Amino acid sequence: MSQFIQDLGKSTRTSFTKLGRSTYFLLQTVSGILSVLLRPRLLLNQMYSVGVLSFLIITISGLFVGMVLGLQGYYTLSDFGAEETLGVMVAASLVRELGPVVSALLFAGRAGSALTAEIGLMKATEQLSGMEMMAVDPVKRIITPRFLAGLISMPLLAGLFSAVGIIGGQVIGSGLLGVDEGAYWSQMQASIDFQDDIINGVIKSVVFGFVTSWIALFEGYDAIPTSEGVSRATTRTVVNSAFSILGLDFILTALMFGDH
Amino acid sequence: MLNSVPSQDNLVSVRNLSFSRGNKKIFDDISLDFQRGKITAIMGPSGTGKTTLLKLIGGQLFPDQGVIHVDGQNVHKLRRTDLYNLRKRLGMLFQSGALLTDMTVYDNVAFPLREHTHLPESMIRTLVLMKLQAVGLRGARNLMPNELSGGMARRVALARAIALDPMMILYDEPFTGQDPISMGVLVHLIKSLNNILGLTSIIVSHDVHDTSAIADYIYVLSEGRIVGQGTPEEIQRSDSEWVQQFMTGAADGPVHFHYPAKDYVDDLMSTGNRY
Repeated sequence: MSQFIQDLGKSTRTSFTKLGRSTYFLLQTVSGILSVLLRPRLLLNQMYSVGVLSFLIITISGLFVGMVLGLQGYYTLSDFGAEETLGVMVAASLVRELGPVVSALLFAGRAGSALTAEIGLMKATEQLSGMEMMAVDPVKRIITPRFLAGLISMPLLAGLFSAVGIIGGQVIGSGLLGVDEGAYWSQMQASIDFQDDIINGVIKSVVFGFVTSWIALFEGYDAIPTSEGVSRATTRTVVNSAFSILGLDFILTALMFGDH
Repeated sequence: MLNSVPSQDNLVSVRNLSFSRGNKKIFDDISLDFQRGKITAIMGPSGTGKTTLLKLIGGQLFPDQGVIHVDGQNVHKLRRTDLYNLRKRLGMLFQSGALLTDMTVYDNVAFPLREHTHLPESMIRTLVLMKLQAVGLRGARNLMPNELSGGMARRVALARAIALDPMMILYDEPFTGQDPISMGVLVHLIKSLNNILGLTSIIVSHDVHDTSAIADYIYVLSEGRIVGQGTPEEIQRSDSEWVQQFMTGAADGPVHFHYPAKDYVDDLMSTGNRY
């Protein structure tokens, strides 16, 4: 019993010190934003590797998710003779939920894990400490541009995901199943609200981008600089990001759509 | 002999330094001096915290006790910007080279210049080529770090370390894992850079032969203490058994061949548990 209490105390302390380290790390990262904006080249390079290289996985997944929504939605809606509203259903699910959430999960797997591994290996090969000795702050030079790139890329990728998904739903809905194309688009236009649906979806994806980039970069920076340490850190990035994304999605949804 | 006021001749002075990691004492109240313009070597077996000492001098780690002065400044009392300004005048050569793997050799050497100066690219080009010429790798400027051999990577790192014309270079195990030719090249480079550029050099190494060939003064560390110091000749003639074992590489002596264990026969005869 006393062993259990000891272990509990120990793990509580460990997780709180880690929380403290990660908060301090975030503050350091954010404090470098101005100096990164003065050197847009650094940011653009990272936008490429974090954002542009995630294009393919996001586009293909978005297409399939939209197509599945088209199929499932049609079967349910046609029972009520409401297949004309397929566009609304597809668009609302994508813009409010699936776009931000699924693209963030994919982003954590594709870009987040790569960031953790990259930073962890830079630490293991003394590149970060080498920079410090060259009087270059590794957080400002390496971490902040990547963080900012993640923050900017995430909403753009989520938007792309939703847009491709809506097209996928349309291809299945009106191409395959015979929903009127005009109804698909006009019902969607009439029902989807810019503020309630689109802006809220964008807010979600900004939050997810923030959290995922933070977790990925911190895990890399905090990794034990061995091959095992880096591999564990990469796993933690994907697992913790997934939990955070899903948990935050619930909280944000409750806050945003609670009063309807 | 060691007074508490840092002398003008010493670029770096370490006073009463103690440092521990977990429960392990890495340094126990040691004092060292590093003279300007000289090559000072710190030697000792692996795991005696030689690299830690360099990180303490560079202000990357904080001592439990004691002070370190570099060029008259107390490293651990400096504000962050002052520490960074001091580091601009130090070059450090990491064991792995620590080259940035996503940049070419050229960009690696240009890195400190681009970060710390506002020189035009044409001037940076001239400087980079001069530094690469000094280490004999001007022709390798377009290679990526993963295309370099270990010795070449270390030479590129050396070119990068001298890019800002530092007053001192810290070498972390520069000879480890080098073939005889690159070893000879590095020994020659360290010696000539020190003399031609008027640098101060600190070499951390366990390579007895090559280090004593170029060092002006040697400290031998073991288990957190200084067990011997002097010029290479004095060290060779040292009457300390420990220093003798280290310099000649004898398998047994004050440093035992066996890791501490219980009695051999008892251990073999005991039955039961696997361990």
